[in-house]
Amino acid sequence: MTATQAGEARAGVEVRLEDLRRSYAGVTALDGLSLTLAPGELVALLGPSGCGKTTAMRLVAGLEEANSGRVMFGGRDVTGLPANKRDVGMVFQAYSLFPHMAAWENVAFGLQIRHVATGERKQRALDMLELVGLGKYANRYPSQLSGGQQQRVALARALAIRPQVLLLDEPLSALDAKVRSRLRDEIRRVQLEVGITTLFVTHDQEEALAIADRVGVMQSGRLEQLGPPTEIYSRPATPFVADFVGLTNRMRGDVGGGAIKIRGASIPLVHPDVPDGPAIALVRPEAVSLVTDGEIEEGPLVGTVIAVVFLGAVSRVTVDLGDATVLAQMQTSAASQTPAGTKVRLAFRNDPVLIQREEQAAPASA
Amino acid sequence: MVPFFLYVGLFLLLPTVVIAGGSFADKNGSLTVSNLTSIEQAYLVKSFVNSAIISVASALVGAIAGALLAYAVATGNPRGALRRIVTSASGVFAQFGGVTLVFAFIATLGTVGIVTVFLKDHGIDIFPNGVWLYELSGLTLIYTYFQIPLMVLVFLPALDGIRPQWREATESLGGSTWHYWRYVAAPLLAPAFLGCTLLLFANAFSAYATAAVLLTQGGVIVPLQISNLFTSETGQAQPGLAKALALAMIAIVTIVMLLYALLQRRTSRWLR
Repeated sequence: MTATQAGEARAGVEVRLEDLRRSYAGVTALDGLSLTLAPGELVALLGPSGCGKTTAMRLVAGLEEANSGRVMFGGRDVTGLPANKRDVGMVFQAYSLFPHMAAWENVAFGLQIRHVATGERKQRALDMLELVGLGKYANRYPSQLSGGQQQRVALARALAIRPQVLLLDEPLSALDAKVRSRLRDEIRRVQLEVGITTLFVTHDQEEALAIADRVGVMQSGRLEQLGPPTEIYSRPATPFVADFVGLTNRMRGDVGGGAIKIRGASIPLVHPDVPDGPAIALVRPEAVSLVTDGEIEEGPLVGTVIAVVFLGAVSRVTVDLGDATVLAQMQTSAASQTPAGTKVRLAFRNDPVLIQREEQAAPASA
Repeated sequence: MVPFFLYVGLFLLLPTVVIAGGSFADKNGSLTVSNLTSIEQAYLVKSFVNSAIISVASALVGAIAGALLAYAVATGNPRGALRRIVTSASGVFAQFGGVTLVFAFIATLGTVGIVTVFLKDHGIDIFPNGVWLYELSGLTLIYTYFQIPLMVLVFLPALDGIRPQWREATESLGGSTWHYWRYVAAPLLAPAFLGCTLLLFANAFSAYATAAVLLTQGGVIVPLQISNLFTSETGQAQPGLAKALALAMIAIVTIVMLLYALLQRRTSRWLR
């Protein structure tokens, strides 16, 4: 199947979740989730275990019923429809292929239910397997496929019925890192080719940031922030988002005049109109730089490098300030100038930071 | 491995060799095939047919009832009381047989059993055409007592292997409950169900103690026939023929168990 053919098969529809609520035995799993996915958009719901992201997906799929709220596909209310009438394609975490069917039979299964003629359904199944790069494996059984190949077959199966909406429930979590990264790109390529509106659930921030048009960060059944990956990372709306997405240094300081003073250095605040007083600043490692030029005199921002972690193009350097440690992230070429034992002075980029009050916060590192 | 082979050698292979050897020997120890050809006698064929009927009937009833009970357990709370009670009880009842089991049935469903009397007091006669408890149908009923729990024990792992994602995948692909059972669950469970039914057949086919206590006269089924041929009170013992019958039974059970193993292997590949 070519990209055009796949795209013509079904244009994406708008998906709207309106004030969805769900609780289990008195425990709230979803607390008024509202979210709109534009046609053809891929939105990733990101959050820790138990934040409600999978519940949200299952409500969209119709595998569970909401206590209240609505699910709309293209302006049509599907809240009361059972899963088999919703016209969604779903890829599960793992082990969802039917083990007694060959790959092409798995892909053709939804078409068989729709009474598509045998010849046509086989051809469409083979087309879908080609689309996910598994044309040669059509006659293999799931037990003869690797984990990544199985998930690609599951993706082909979900798309073969030309659903209105594609739901991906942590489809990469059972795979090893290399396969995960490759399949993530593959899923995105296919999603863009087909142009299907997609909801992707994951607890892996790197995955969410890499694949999605927009990322929704969830906590305790609520959406903390929804926005493009760059915004989520660089302008987190809440301390939880700042803490959950990416690494964060938690540094004690004093708020005053729209800035926070940390060990003598002043950094502007994202929300400047907050009361003065002690607080914890959430500072990204890449906003911390290391000064090694000239003679380094003792001071509150002077410390010793205790570890350098090579991450490829960038490296992460841990600096011991005596009473706390701080992470700094920089180009590997720069980090190589500060091996363990080097005396350095910290400097902060002038990017606005979020703060947390002591009583709300987890223990600070600095 | 040595204890295993010692055990298998002493309690499985050696008796089989002795039986096989005895099947081809006459009273003087000379080589003969007359024991095997004698199996064709009508009364012996009849006992094989009876054994097959009772084994098939009790295996089918046990398999269906046991599968339903196992399904109730499998779909319940995995740590719930139902599972604990049913699996523990099945472990005990599957081994229940002989005098105690027959006595239990006679005490409840015999001519003066408490259930029989209770029903009669309420106008229901469970023996309107004679007492069937001491016939093949009665034996079949008693066999189901240990066949059902055995089915629960051997079929439950297959049911546990069915993943909830398969039902959800079926639903998300537009399938109904019918589609799920027709195209997914039933084909996946069929080999296991068939295999377990074969195991139940073999279990009933080779059972002796219960039948021996219930049916004290004649060789209605093969195990009783073997017993009669060994211990004739009129001096007509035919140990060679008895061993030939036992050899035929071993052959039948071996074939059944091979089929069972074959089906189990297929199931275990799917339901890991």
